[in-house]
Amino acid sequence: MTAMQLKFHIEGGNFTKAGFASSEVKKYLRKINISNETIKRIVIAMYEAEVNVVAHAYEGEILVNIDSKKVDISVIDKGPGIEDIELAMKEGFSTASQKVREMGFGAGMGLSNIKRNANEFIIKSQPGEGTSLNIIVYLNNVN
Amino acid sequence: MNVKDIASLINAKVVSGQNGLDKEVTGAYTSDLLSNVMANIEENQIWITLQTHKNIIAIASLKDIAAIILVQDLLPSEECAEQSNIEGIPILSTSLNAYQISGKLFEILKNNA
Repeated sequence: MTAMQLKFHIEGGNFTKAGFASSEVKKYLRKINISNETIKRIVIAMYEAEVNVVAHAYEGEILVNIDSKKVDISVIDKGPGIEDIELAMKEGFSTASQKVREMGFGAGMGLSNIKRNANEFIIKSQPGEGTSLNIIVYLNNVN
Repeated sequence: MNVKDIASLINAKVVSGQNGLDKEVTGAYTSDLLSNVMANIEENQIWITLQTHKNIIAIASLKDIAAIILVQDLLPSEECAEQSNIEGIPILSTSLNAYQISGKLFEILKNNA
């Protein structure tokens, strides 16, 4: 498999487009015959990361690098950042607005969903500047 | 059993996504928290919810969900119904609440999944 990079710009606050980038990545992974189980994990992790940018940041970039061994997703946003990452990682903790919660987002499950579905997960944040995630899923069961 | 069979068994109105009514259904999942649905629903299941905005179709599509049932006579937003038609993911509407419709579907599907 030749290495491939997919790149997306995510608009903060625009929920009508949330999930578009994840959907494009899913289509591509299907096309190159990645196993269903692996696609499911990547899709859950990436959708949560995408929604986090929409719900919390002003804007963001998602870079997806795919090679024969792994899918490597970088999500870099400009936004308020996270003061206490350990607290943000706790299931149930959320700083989402009331409006976002009423839509069923912001239940404080996103980051733990990402961690659970990734083989490697790094989260870094600079309060007042933004947050960056690196999510890696191994492709050891390519069909 | 497909979505159409279930719609007629539970007497639900098909609001949109008619082109997906032939999809086979293996079970159902009831939740209004989107992350919880992302994490737990399985492909070919029906999603029972009170959320009516467009993002439910994005989730249904990403998770290969068979159909969505809106409870208590709720209807999808216009852009949600539009997206449901584009993706061929049916949205049904029932007068029952989430508890009642979950119980009914459990009875219908318990030997099926």
